[in-house]
Amino acid sequence: MSKVIVVTSGKGGVGKTTSSAAIGAGLAMRGHKTVVIDFDVGLRNLDMIMGCERRVVFDFINVIQGDAKLKQALIKDRRLENLHVLPTSQTRDKDALTKEGVKAVLDELREEFDYIVCDSPAGIERGAHLAMYYADEAVVVTNPEVSSVRDSDRVLGLLNSKSALAEKGDGSAVKAQLLLTRFDQNRSANGEMMSVEDVLEILAIPLLGIIPESTSVLKASNEGTPVSLDERSPAGKAYIDAVGRLVGEQIEMRINPGEQRRGFFQRLLGRTA
Amino acid sequence: MFGFSFRQRKPSSAQTAKERLQILLAHERSSGGSNPDFLPLLQRDILEVVRRHMEIDGDAVDVKLERSDDLSSLEINIELPYAKPLKARTAS
Repeated sequence: MSKVIVVTSGKGGVGKTTSSAAIGAGLAMRGHKTVVIDFDVGLRNLDMIMGCERRVVFDFINVIQGDAKLKQALIKDRRLENLHVLPTSQTRDKDALTKEGVKAVLDELREEFDYIVCDSPAGIERGAHLAMYYADEAVVVTNPEVSSVRDSDRVLGLLNSKSALAEKGDGSAVKAQLLLTRFDQNRSANGEMMSVEDVLEILAIPLLGIIPESTSVLKASNEGTPVSLDERSPAGKAYIDAVGRLVGEQIEMRINPGEQRRGFFQRLLGRTA
Repeated sequence: MFGFSFRQRKPSSAQTAKERLQILLAHERSSGGSNPDFLPLLQRDILEVVRRHMEIDGDAVDVKLERSDDLSSLEINIELPYAKPLKARTAS
Protein backbone atom coordinates (compact mmCIF):
# COMPACT_ATOMS: atom_id res chain seq x y z
CA MET A 1 0.00 0.00 0.00
CA SER A 2 1.30 3.41 -0.86
CA LYS A 3 2.14 5.97 1.76
CA VAL A 4 1.91 9.74 1.65
CA ILE A 5 4.61 11.35 3.78
CA VAL A 6 4.72 15.08 4.38
CA VAL A 7 8.03 16.75 5.17
CA THR A 8 7.14 19.82 7.18
CA SER A 9 8.49 22.19 9.82
CA GLY A 10 6.64 25.48 10.05
CA LYS A 11 9.88 27.44 10.10
CA GLY A 12 11.75 28.11 6.88
CA GLY A 13 15.34 27.22 6.17
CA VAL A 14 15.55 24.23 8.48
CA GLY A 15 16.05 21.71 5.67
CA LYS A 16 12.64 20.58 4.41
CA THR A 17 13.57 20.49 0.75
CA THR A 18 17.01 18.99 1.43
CA SER A 19 15.31 16.34 3.56
CA SER A 20 12.55 15.69 1.03
CA ALA A 21 15.13 15.12 -1.70
CA ALA A 22 17.34 12.98 0.53
CA ILE A 23 14.44 10.87 1.81
CA GLY A 24 12.96 10.46 -1.67
CA ALA A 25 16.31 9.34 -3.05
CA GLY A 26 16.87 7.07 -0.04
CA LEU A 27 13.53 5.35 -0.57
CA ALA A 28 14.23 4.93 -4.29
CA MET A 29 17.68 3.48 -3.54
CA ARG A 30 15.89 0.81 -1.52
CA GLY A 31 13.83 -0.07 -4.56
CA HIS A 32 10.62 1.69 -3.60
CA LYS A 33 8.91 3.57 -6.38
CA THR A 34 8.94 7.11 -5.06
CA VAL A 35 7.73 10.54 -6.12
CA VAL A 36 8.63 13.80 -4.41
CA ILE A 37 6.12 16.64 -4.84
CA ASP A 38 6.95 20.32 -4.42
CA PHE A 39 4.08 22.10 -2.64
CA ASP A 40 5.84 25.48 -2.47
CA VAL A 41 3.83 27.14 -5.22
CA GLY A 42 5.48 30.26 -6.61
CA LEU A 43 8.85 29.49 -5.03
CA ARG A 44 9.84 26.31 -6.78
CA ASN A 45 13.10 24.88 -5.46
CA LEU A 46 12.86 21.11 -5.17
CA ASP A 47 13.79 20.88 -8.86
CA MET A 48 17.08 22.69 -8.18
CA ILE A 49 17.93 20.58 -5.15
CA MET A 50 17.23 17.42 -7.15
CA GLY A 51 19.06 18.69 -10.22
CA CYS A 52 16.19 18.51 -12.72
CA GLU A 53 15.51 22.26 -13.04
CA ARG A 54 16.29 22.32 -16.74
CA ARG A 55 13.77 19.65 -17.54
CA VAL A 56 10.59 21.12 -16.06
CA VAL A 57 7.85 21.31 -18.66
CA PHE A 58 4.56 20.92 -16.87
CA ASP A 59 3.93 21.19 -13.17
CA PHE A 60 1.66 20.17 -10.32
CA ILE A 61 -0.64 23.15 -10.93
CA ASN A 62 -0.96 22.34 -14.66
CA VAL A 63 -2.07 18.85 -13.64
CA ILE A 64 -4.55 20.12 -11.04
CA GLN A 65 -6.04 22.54 -13.55
CA GLY A 66 -6.27 19.90 -16.24
CA ASP A 67 -3.73 21.53 -18.57
CA ALA A 68 -1.45 18.51 -18.52
CA LYS A 69 -1.62 14.85 -17.69
CA LEU A 70 0.17 13.63 -14.61
CA LYS A 71 2.62 11.51 -16.57
CA GLN A 72 3.62 14.55 -18.62
CA ALA A 73 4.50 16.51 -15.50
CA LEU A 74 6.43 13.78 -13.70
CA ILE A 75 10.19 14.06 -14.17
CA LYS A 76 12.11 10.82 -13.96
CA ASP A 77 15.40 11.07 -12.11
CA ARG A 78 18.44 10.27 -14.25
CA ARG A 79 20.37 8.62 -11.43
CA LEU A 80 17.75 6.50 -9.73
CA GLU A 81 15.32 4.35 -11.66
CA ASN A 82 12.57 4.54 -9.03
CA LEU A 83 12.72 8.26 -8.32
CA HIS A 84 10.38 10.87 -9.78
CA VAL A 85 9.82 14.56 -9.16
CA LEU A 86 6.58 16.48 -9.52
CA PRO A 87 7.67 20.13 -9.67
CA THR A 88 5.44 22.98 -8.68
CA SER A 89 4.63 26.15 -10.57
CA GLN A 90 7.02 29.06 -10.41
CA THR A 91 4.45 31.52 -11.71
CA ARG A 92 1.17 30.92 -9.93
CA ASP A 93 0.30 31.62 -6.34
CA LYS A 94 -0.67 29.24 -3.61
CA ASP A 95 -4.37 29.76 -4.29
CA ALA A 96 -3.95 27.61 -7.37
CA LEU A 97 -3.87 24.61 -5.04
CA THR A 98 -7.25 23.20 -4.18
CA LYS A 99 -8.16 20.44 -1.77
CA GLU A 100 -9.99 18.50 -4.46
CA GLY A 101 -7.18 18.99 -6.97
CA VAL A 102 -4.52 17.82 -4.55
CA LYS A 103 -6.62 14.81 -3.61
CA ALA A 104 -7.16 13.82 -7.23
CA VAL A 105 -3.43 13.99 -7.99
CA LEU A 106 -2.47 12.07 -4.83
CA ASP A 107 -5.08 9.39 -5.57
CA GLU A 108 -3.64 8.93 -9.04
CA LEU A 109 -0.09 8.80 -7.68
CA ARG A 110 -1.09 6.26 -5.06
CA GLU A 111 -1.94 3.83 -7.83
CA GLU A 112 1.59 3.90 -9.18
CA PHE A 113 3.96 4.80 -6.36
CA ASP A 114 4.95 3.15 -3.09
CA TYR A 115 5.91 6.43 -1.45
CA ILE A 116 4.68 9.94 -2.12
CA VAL A 117 6.87 12.52 -0.36
CA CYS A 118 5.25 15.96 -0.05
CA ASP A 119 7.76 18.79 0.36
CA SER A 120 5.84 21.40 2.33
CA PRO A 121 6.43 25.13 2.07
CA ALA A 122 7.34 27.03 5.23
CA GLY A 123 4.55 28.63 7.19
CA ILE A 124 1.11 27.31 8.01
CA GLU A 125 -0.86 28.73 5.15
CA ARG A 126 -2.62 27.05 2.29
CA GLY A 127 0.37 25.31 0.68
CA ALA A 128 1.61 23.92 3.98
CA HIS A 129 -1.90 22.94 5.01
CA LEU A 130 -2.58 21.06 1.78
CA ALA A 131 0.85 19.39 1.84
CA MET A 132 0.00 17.83 5.20
CA TYR A 133 -3.74 17.38 4.75
CA TYR A 134 -3.73 13.97 3.06
CA ALA A 135 -0.59 12.64 4.74
CA ASP A 136 -0.39 9.24 6.38
CA GLU A 137 2.89 10.12 8.04
CA ALA A 138 4.82 13.29 8.79
CA VAL A 139 8.52 13.98 9.04
CA VAL A 140 8.87 17.08 11.19
CA VAL A 141 12.19 18.72 10.35
CA THR A 142 13.54 20.67 13.31
CA ASN A 143 16.78 22.46 14.13
CA PRO A 144 17.93 22.43 17.76
CA GLU A 145 17.03 26.09 18.07
CA VAL A 146 14.17 27.79 19.91
CA SER A 147 12.13 29.21 17.03
CA SER A 148 12.36 25.99 15.03
CA VAL A 149 11.21 23.85 17.98
CA ARG A 150 8.37 26.23 18.71
CA ASP A 151 7.18 26.19 15.09
CA SER A 152 7.46 22.39 14.95
CA ASP A 153 5.22 22.19 18.00
CA ARG A 154 2.69 24.36 16.23
CA VAL A 155 2.83 22.16 13.14
CA LEU A 156 2.33 19.03 15.27
CA GLY A 157 -0.82 20.64 16.63
CA LEU A 158 -2.09 21.23 13.09
CA LEU A 159 -1.30 17.64 12.08
CA ASN A 160 -3.38 16.47 15.02
CA SER A 161 -6.35 18.67 14.22
CA LYS A 162 -6.40 19.74 10.58
CA SER A 163 -5.44 16.66 8.61
CA ALA A 164 -7.82 14.33 6.78
CA LEU A 165 -6.95 11.50 9.19
CA ALA A 166 -7.57 13.66 12.25
CA GLU A 167 -10.86 14.93 10.83
CA LYS A 168 -12.16 11.38 10.51
CA GLY A 169 -12.69 11.58 14.25
CA ASP A 170 -12.23 7.85 14.78
CA GLY A 171 -8.93 8.19 16.58
CA SER A 172 -6.84 8.00 13.40
CA ALA A 173 -3.80 10.25 13.40
CA VAL A 174 -0.92 11.19 11.18
CA LYS A 175 2.16 9.35 12.42
CA ALA A 176 4.63 12.16 13.08
CA GLN A 177 8.35 11.64 13.63
CA LEU A 178 11.12 14.08 14.36
CA LEU A 179 14.07 14.64 12.06
CA LEU A 180 16.60 16.75 13.91
CA THR A 181 18.78 18.54 11.36
CA ARG A 182 21.91 20.70 11.54
CA PHE A 183 22.82 19.07 14.82
CA ASP A 184 26.30 19.77 16.18
CA GLN A 185 27.38 17.25 18.78
CA ASN A 186 30.28 19.35 20.03
CA ARG A 187 28.20 22.45 20.59
CA SER A 188 25.52 20.39 22.25
CA ALA A 189 28.09 18.75 24.54
CA ASN A 190 29.38 22.21 25.44
CA GLY A 191 25.90 23.33 26.34
CA GLU A 192 25.70 25.82 23.46
CA MET A 193 22.99 23.88 21.68
CA MET A 194 19.98 21.96 22.95
CA SER A 195 20.58 18.23 23.13
CA VAL A 196 18.61 15.60 21.25
CA GLU A 197 16.95 14.67 24.54
CA ASP A 198 15.99 18.29 25.20
CA VAL A 199 14.18 18.57 21.87
CA LEU A 200 12.54 15.17 22.25
CA GLU A 201 11.34 16.05 25.72
CA ILE A 202 9.67 19.19 24.44
CA LEU A 203 8.10 17.83 21.27
CA ALA A 204 7.36 14.33 22.61
CA ILE A 205 7.32 12.48 19.28
CA PRO A 206 9.47 9.54 18.14
CA LEU A 207 12.88 10.34 16.72
CA LEU A 208 13.39 9.42 13.08
CA GLY A 209 16.97 10.58 12.76
CA ILE A 210 19.68 13.05 13.64
CA ILE A 211 21.32 14.78 10.71
CA PRO A 212 24.64 16.34 11.67
CA GLU A 213 25.62 19.78 10.45
CA SER A 214 27.72 18.85 7.46
CA THR A 215 29.55 20.56 4.64
CA SER A 216 28.24 17.89 2.28
CA VAL A 217 24.73 19.37 2.43
CA LEU A 218 25.75 22.61 0.70
CA LYS A 219 27.89 20.67 -1.77
CA ALA A 220 24.92 18.45 -2.62
CA SER A 221 22.65 21.43 -3.18
CA ASN A 222 25.31 23.18 -5.26
CA GLU A 223 25.42 20.16 -7.52
CA GLY A 224 21.73 19.30 -7.51
CA THR A 225 22.25 15.89 -5.97
CA PRO A 226 20.20 14.54 -3.06
CA VAL A 227 22.65 14.33 -0.16
CA SER A 228 21.72 10.72 0.58
CA LEU A 229 23.48 9.79 -2.67
CA ASP A 230 26.72 10.94 -1.02
CA GLU A 231 27.04 7.81 1.06
CA ARG A 232 30.40 8.80 2.44
CA SER A 233 29.21 12.02 4.03
CA PRO A 234 27.98 12.03 7.64
CA ALA A 235 24.72 13.70 6.59
CA GLY A 236 24.21 11.23 3.72
CA LYS A 237 24.68 8.30 6.07
CA ALA A 238 22.35 9.82 8.63
CA TYR A 239 19.64 10.25 5.98
CA ILE A 240 20.08 6.67 4.81
CA ASP A 241 19.63 5.48 8.40
CA ALA A 242 16.57 7.70 8.82
CA VAL A 243 15.01 6.25 5.66
CA GLY A 244 15.62 2.74 7.02
CA ARG A 245 13.69 3.69 10.14
CA LEU A 246 10.99 5.33 8.06
CA VAL A 247 10.29 2.01 6.33
CA GLY A 248 10.18 0.26 9.68
CA GLU A 249 13.68 -1.07 10.24
CA GLN A 250 15.31 -0.98 13.65
CA ILE A 251 18.51 0.99 13.19
CA GLU A 252 20.58 2.16 16.09
CA MET A 253 20.60 5.95 16.49
CA ARG A 254 24.12 7.20 15.89
CA ILE A 255 25.06 10.75 16.52
CA ASN A 256 27.24 12.07 13.75
CA PRO A 257 27.74 8.72 12.05
CA GLY A 258 31.00 8.39 10.22
CA GLU A 259 32.62 11.35 11.89
CA GLN A 260 36.31 10.78 12.02
CA ARG A 261 38.62 11.71 14.80
CA ARG A 262 40.40 14.83 13.82
CA GLY A 263 44.08 14.39 13.26
CA PHE A 264 46.82 16.30 14.97
CA PHE A 265 47.15 18.88 12.24
CA GLN A 266 43.46 19.52 11.96
CA ARG A 267 43.29 20.04 15.70
CA LEU A 268 46.28 22.30 15.54
CA LEU A 269 44.62 24.36 12.85
CA GLY A 270 41.45 24.52 14.86
CA ARG A 271 38.40 24.33 12.67
CA THR A 272 36.58 21.33 11.28
CA ALA A 273 36.76 21.09 7.55
CA MET B 1 46.91 28.61 2.79
CA PHE B 2 47.70 32.20 1.91
CA GLY B 3 44.41 33.11 0.38
CA PHE B 4 44.67 31.36 -2.94
CA SER B 5 44.21 27.80 -3.97
CA PHE B 6 45.36 25.78 -6.91
CA ARG B 7 42.69 25.60 -9.55
CA GLN B 8 41.16 22.18 -9.63
CA ARG B 9 40.58 20.32 -12.85
CA LYS B 10 37.09 19.39 -11.79
CA PRO B 11 34.91 22.47 -11.27
CA SER B 12 34.17 23.15 -7.62
CA SER B 13 30.64 22.60 -6.42
CA ALA B 14 30.32 26.35 -5.87
CA GLN B 15 31.18 26.90 -9.53
CA THR B 16 28.59 24.30 -10.51
CA ALA B 17 26.00 26.05 -8.35
CA LYS B 18 26.74 29.42 -9.94
CA GLU B 19 26.48 28.06 -13.46
CA ARG B 20 23.24 26.23 -12.75
CA LEU B 21 21.72 29.41 -11.33
CA GLN B 22 22.93 31.54 -14.21
CA ILE B 23 21.32 29.26 -16.75
CA LEU B 24 18.07 28.93 -14.85
CA LEU B 25 17.70 32.59 -13.95
CA ALA B 26 18.51 33.73 -17.47
CA HIS B 27 15.49 31.73 -18.61
CA GLU B 28 13.24 32.83 -15.80
CA ARG B 29 14.09 36.51 -16.13
CA SER B 30 13.79 36.68 -19.88
CA SER B 31 10.29 35.30 -19.68
CA GLY B 32 9.29 37.83 -17.05
CA GLY B 33 8.54 35.07 -14.61
CA SER B 34 5.76 33.63 -16.70
CA ASN B 35 7.88 31.09 -18.45
CA PRO B 36 6.48 27.71 -19.41
CA ASP B 37 2.87 28.71 -19.00
CA PHE B 38 2.52 28.83 -22.75
CA LEU B 39 3.23 25.13 -22.91
CA PRO B 40 -0.26 23.93 -22.01
CA LEU B 41 -1.62 26.30 -24.65
CA LEU B 42 0.94 25.13 -27.18
CA GLN B 43 0.00 21.56 -26.46
CA ARG B 44 -3.68 22.32 -26.85
CA ASP B 45 -3.05 24.08 -30.16
CA ILE B 46 -0.96 21.22 -31.49
CA LEU B 47 -3.65 18.73 -30.56
CA GLU B 48 -6.25 20.87 -32.27
CA VAL B 49 -4.26 21.13 -35.48
CA VAL B 50 -3.50 17.42 -35.63
CA ARG B 51 -7.10 16.60 -34.86
CA ARG B 52 -8.19 18.49 -37.97
CA HIS B 53 -6.60 15.71 -39.93
CA MET B 54 -6.91 12.63 -37.80
CA GLU B 55 -8.29 11.37 -34.56
CA ILE B 56 -5.77 11.28 -31.75
CA ASP B 57 -6.01 10.81 -28.05
CA GLY B 58 -5.57 13.68 -25.58
CA ASP B 59 -2.76 11.69 -23.96
CA ALA B 60 -0.91 11.28 -27.22
CA VAL B 61 1.17 14.44 -27.02
CA ASP B 62 4.35 14.37 -25.00
CA VAL B 63 6.33 17.59 -24.55
CA LYS B 64 9.90 17.55 -23.29
CA LEU B 65 12.11 20.52 -22.57
CA GLU B 66 15.86 20.71 -22.05
CA ARG B 67 17.46 24.03 -21.18
CA SER B 68 21.10 24.84 -21.58
CA ASP B 69 23.25 27.99 -21.74
CA ASP B 70 22.42 29.38 -25.12
CA LEU B 71 19.82 27.03 -26.47
CA SER B 72 16.74 25.22 -25.28
CA SER B 73 15.24 22.32 -27.08
CA LEU B 74 11.59 21.52 -27.07
CA GLU B 75 10.80 17.99 -28.07
CA ILE B 76 7.26 17.16 -29.01
CA ASN B 77 6.20 13.59 -29.47
CA ILE B 78 2.82 12.84 -30.96
CA GLU B 79 1.65 9.30 -30.96
CA LEU B 80 -0.35 8.64 -34.07
CA PRO B 81 -2.80 5.78 -34.02
CA TYR B 82 -2.24 4.47 -37.54
CA ALA B 83 1.30 5.51 -38.27
CA LYS B 84 4.72 5.46 -36.73
CA PRO B 85 5.15 8.10 -34.00
CA LEU B 86 6.06 11.44 -35.47
CA LYS B 87 8.99 13.26 -33.91
CA ALA B 88 9.44 16.99 -34.27
CA ARG B 89 12.24 19.03 -32.82
CA THR B 90 12.27 22.81 -32.62
CA ALA B 91 14.58 25.20 -30.93
CA SER B 92 13.17 28.12 -29.02
